Amino acid sequence: MFDMLQKLGQKTFGRFAALGRSTQMLIGALWNLPNFRKGTPLLVRQLYMVGSQSLLIIMVSGLFIGMVLALQGYTVLVGYGAEDSLGPLVALSLLRELGPVVTALLFAGRAGSALTAEIGLMKATEQLSSLEMMAIDPLKRIIAPRFWAGFISMPLLALIFSAVAIIGAHLVGVDWLGVDTGSFWSIMQSQVSFQQDILNGMIKSFVFAIVVTWIALYKGYDCVPTSEGISKATTETVVHSSLAVLGFDFILTAVMFTS
Amino acid sequence: MNSRKLEILVGFFVALGIAAFAMLALKVANAGISGNGDTYLLKAKFDNIGSLKARAPIKVGGVVVGRVEAISIHPQEFLPVVDMTIDAQYQCRFSDTSSVSILTSGILGEQYLGINPVIAPKSAEQACLGLEVTSNDGDLGLDELFGVESKALNDGDFITDTKSALVLEELIGQFLFNQGGE
Repeated sequence: MFDMLQKLGQKTFGRFAALGRSTQMLIGALWNLPNFRKGTPLLVRQLYMVGSQSLLIIMVSGLFIGMVLALQGYTVLVGYGAEDSLGPLVALSLLRELGPVVTALLFAGRAGSALTAEIGLMKATEQLSSLEMMAIDPLKRIIAPRFWAGFISMPLLALIFSAVAIIGAHLVGVDWLGVDTGSFWSIMQSQVSFQQDILNGMIKSFVFAIVVTWIALYKGYDCVPTSEGISKATTETVVHSSLAVLGFDFILTAVMFTS
Repeated sequence: MNSRKLEILVGFFVALGIAAFAMLALKVANAGISGNGDTYLLKAKFDNIGSLKARAPIKVGGVVVGRVEAISIHPQEFLPVVDMTIDAQYQCRFSDTSSVSILTSGILGEQYLGINPVIAPKSAEQACLGLEVTSNDGDLGLDELFGVESKALNDGDFITDTKSALVLEELIGQFLFNQGGE
């Protein structure tokens, strides 16, 4: 009985300590204003690793998700003679939900796991400690550029995802299934609002960017420095950030799209 | 990898992101200059607005000239009041004898507002815009005919001549009532 209570207390302390350590890490990395002359090359390198290299998977999955949405939406809408509403159906579901969420999930799998593994290995081979020995703060040198790279890349990736998916929907809906191209675009334009849909979608993907990169960096920075520890940390990054993205998505949707 | 190639690839990525944003903003949401241009506000009271919603289009002869901004209840009369934002190029062009009705696009489509315009005489337009009244050409003696002076509609004015939405239940009720009378 008391053993169980003690275990529960231990776990609670452990969770709070982890939360504290991760906050400490983030604040330590972001507290000072970035040094643009020294920081930019590091940031560009990370933007390449995190952003440019995720481009292909984001664009290909965006194209196919757009095509599938158009195909499924068309088969339902044509029963009501409302296939002209395919445009807003696809655009709204992409901009509000699928764009930010699917991008964040893919980003966690593609870039988040890579970040965790890289930092975990740096820790296991004591590269982080050697940086400290040379009086270089590993938080500023290693963590900060990776965090900003994730923060900048993910909204851009989400925008690219939505745009490519809408092109994919146009490909299937208009060129294959024969929805009128004029009504596809014009009804979409009359239904989609810039502030309500596009900006709120972008706010979502900024939040997801913070969540996913933060979890990925913390899991790497805090991992047990063995090969087993790194593999466990990488798995945890993908699982925890996917769950966090889906949870935050519900909260943000409840705040943004219910009046 | 040398830093030039790396920078080019990052530049490509960012440029693609900006292009996607521009496409979404201009092509998908139509937040271009024409969408957010200068507008002015007109109001109209209806008996029943049916299922009219905010952001529904306002059309003159099928051409969109504005959007429904908000729908509220008049505090004293308890009638729905529709706020309409109209493109500023039509400011002071509609006479206050214009009428507005709630119409339906297609058999199951969305509802929208149609304005039956009466063009304001030149003199009324100039008076409404606060210019010196120089023109007398539009004044074809109608004012004497009706005994009232027609005005042009400016920001915040009410359109008084309104036709409510057709509600299916009321139509059926009326039809049954007439059948019973015969």
